[in-house]
Amino acid sequence: MSDRILIGHGSGGRQYRDLVDQVFVRHFSNPLLDPLDDAATLTGACASGRRLAFTTDAHVVRPLKFPGGDIGRLAVAGTVNDVATAAARPLALAAAFVIEEGLPVGELEEICASMAATAREADVPIATGDTKVVERGLADGLYITTTGIGEVVVDHEVSPRAVREGDLVLLSGTIGDHSAAVLAARGEFKLEIVIESDCAPLWSLVEAALEAGGEEVRFLRDATRGGLTTVLVELAESSGLGVAVEEEAIPLSPPVRAVCELLGYDPLTLANEGKMVMAVGPERADAVLEAVKRHPLGSRAALIGEVVSDHPGRVAMRTPFGTRRVLDMPVGELLPRIC
Amino acid sequence: MTERDKIEAAAAELAEAAAGRSLTYMEVCGTHTMAIARHGLRQLLPPGLRLVSGPGCPVCVTAIGDIDRAVALAALPDVILTTFGDLMRVPASRSTLADERAGGSQVRVVYSAFEAVELAAAEPDREVVLVGIGFETTAPTVAAGIIAAKERGVKNFSVLSLHKTMPAPMRALLDAGETPLDGFILPGHVSVITGADAFDFLADDYGVGGVVAGFEPDDVVRGLLALATQERPAIQIEYSRAVTPEGNRVAQEVIERVFEPCDADWRGLGPIPGSGLALSPEFRDFDAAERFEIDPGEPVEPKGCRCGDVLRGLIDPSECALFGTRCTPETPVGACMVSSEGACAAHYRYRDLT
Amino acid sequence: MCLAIPMQITAVEGDTATIELGGVTRRASLMLVPGADVGDYVLVHAGCAITVLDEREAQERLELFAELEECDPEADEP
Repeated sequence: MSDRILIGHGSGGRQYRDLVDQVFVRHFSNPLLDPLDDAATLTGACASGRRLAFTTDAHVVRPLKFPGGDIGRLAVAGTVNDVATAAARPLALAAAFVIEEGLPVGELEEICASMAATAREADVPIATGDTKVVERGLADGLYITTTGIGEVVVDHEVSPRAVREGDLVLLSGTIGDHSAAVLAARGEFKLEIVIESDCAPLWSLVEAALEAGGEEVRFLRDATRGGLTTVLVELAESSGLGVAVEEEAIPLSPPVRAVCELLGYDPLTLANEGKMVMAVGPERADAVLEAVKRHPLGSRAALIGEVVSDHPGRVAMRTPFGTRRVLDMPVGELLPRIC
Repeated sequence: MTERDKIEAAAAELAEAAAGRSLTYMEVCGTHTMAIARHGLRQLLPPGLRLVSGPGCPVCVTAIGDIDRAVALAALPDVILTTFGDLMRVPASRSTLADERAGGSQVRVVYSAFEAVELAAAEPDREVVLVGIGFETTAPTVAAGIIAAKERGVKNFSVLSLHKTMPAPMRALLDAGETPLDGFILPGHVSVITGADAFDFLADDYGVGGVVAGFEPDDVVRGLLALATQERPAIQIEYSRAVTPEGNRVAQEVIERVFEPCDADWRGLGPIPGSGLALSPEFRDFDAAERFEIDPGEPVEPKGCRCGDVLRGLIDPSECALFGTRCTPETPVGACMVSSEGACAAHYRYRDLT
Repeated sequence: MCLAIPMQITAVEGDTATIELGGVTRRASLMLVPGADVGDYVLVHAGCAITVLDEREAQERLELFAELEECDPEADEP
């Protein structure tokens, strides 16, 4: 095989087949994928009578690799996490690649290795996939779209509509790490930051929370683009209830705080790729918190707020000084400021 | 004592000092506007103490015609326009820099003037223009960048200077006498450069006091307390860890070497003589206004926009008919709503629930 | 106006310094504070140090970061 991706690799013929065998199957091999049929067949999921969760995500990141991860890890973790928000165990992933002509095959291999490792962490097979190659200058190197299917392991409703006044809001760890890592990797503002992206699959963390909290776990959402604020606003708007959070309770690591102070960012709106927000009934909240904190990805978890009947549809944050302000979804792209 | 205890103690002292009095203080620094709003500090102030935002947001006070000039420069084929992030979404007459970038113009956000100089050095076939906005805190950093460009022989770099200086608009406001003011919270970082003495004129010529305050919530409340307890109008430094009476002389000299005072157009205040900074003769080679011929078109003020009145402290943002309806952070009409430290944006984004 | 934060100088090369706060490192120009040296705390705005801070007073502000590090179990990891 050549050492760079060529247009021919996307054209469906022998070169395409070589790419699939020598790169994708080599890294992803599993019983669902290996037959290389156009569709993978999943057995057992419908027979159990459980509900299925189904999701898709397009992944676009620059640079392709950053401290703590790469676009491949992002693609697998991101979709596993979306499935997890439905309280569903991931059953299988599909991955579609749009590759820019000229991408070194070695780079693609590293990304596939990363995807395979992340998929093993999440115990989910990459069951099927597709590849297209586009002309040089398009696709920023590589775009990956992943689709995931999962089996809902609970019988109760987990959604904003199920949330009740008095439920406590839990956040699984520090916010803003992913944004900071990507910012540093881009080298745009010439910053070096001792931080890694938090990009990670969270199903096992969610599973631990569900085991500890049972029916009291009523809302799960991962905080990705738009940050913690977006998740909280979505929770408030979709539930028709209010959400009150304590600024001091929100875990923030020193480098992220420093970057935010330097560039004028609001850490609550920075992107994450490995953080879960939950709403849990007050009786089991402490137990769920302990279970999450015992999980390696949840060591900084904290209870950050409460679902209230005041200010329905809106999120209010209490500052460390006892004053209060409304949290709105961020508008437009994230821009640093000097003023 | 926790942060919260400290602030509550200071707020209690402030309430005592302001009891029975009707006081209006003005802050003239966008970063103060932002800090006050973000921490909900107005909720801690005693009734009868009104804290007003003045023309302290450099983005908000930039005339629309000047932003049109930046937009026109961005449209030139060989130009890479560099800007601080603050300016990207500000509405010009017909566009924004973000729109220009989406339309194919080369526009890049930088955090420092030196980044723009590095970019010019790395792209010798293009012209790199930096839009210089900001007051006396930012002007010397841009001047330092220009000096570096000159020393390194980077010729494809120039600056569109929209810098302005603080004392002049404060005089203009007081001369106009539209809003009775009992004192100023003085800009903490502008004062690092200019020195607190630069504001002596407030007490000497107008009988109005001023306190230089830092930006932590505790700093601001203590600054207000200092103002409320002044026996007679004076200029005081509460931000003593960074500010001195004479300021940073080296930075002042750098400003004087690279820039010279010029007349400037302030949104809401109109033209104020000697309130702007233009490239000095020694550095005129780096003046983007001289280097490029552009036709920015006629400036258009958005209808119904009352940014000018907000900037003069005449009205609170909520008194503008467009506030929160047609003019929101998502659909801003005027600069005061789009700039993250504009009074309207701060008022809206950090509002309490009512 | 204007965003400026205290950072510590960890190295100096000519009139450029390497500055650090809470795990964030950057270069900054010392053109406006020619006497500043390694170990000094400076206020940084738009990529330039604009003044040297009184260390004792700067420490109060920096305590915020120290507190964060104490609760951050990952702080010592490379």
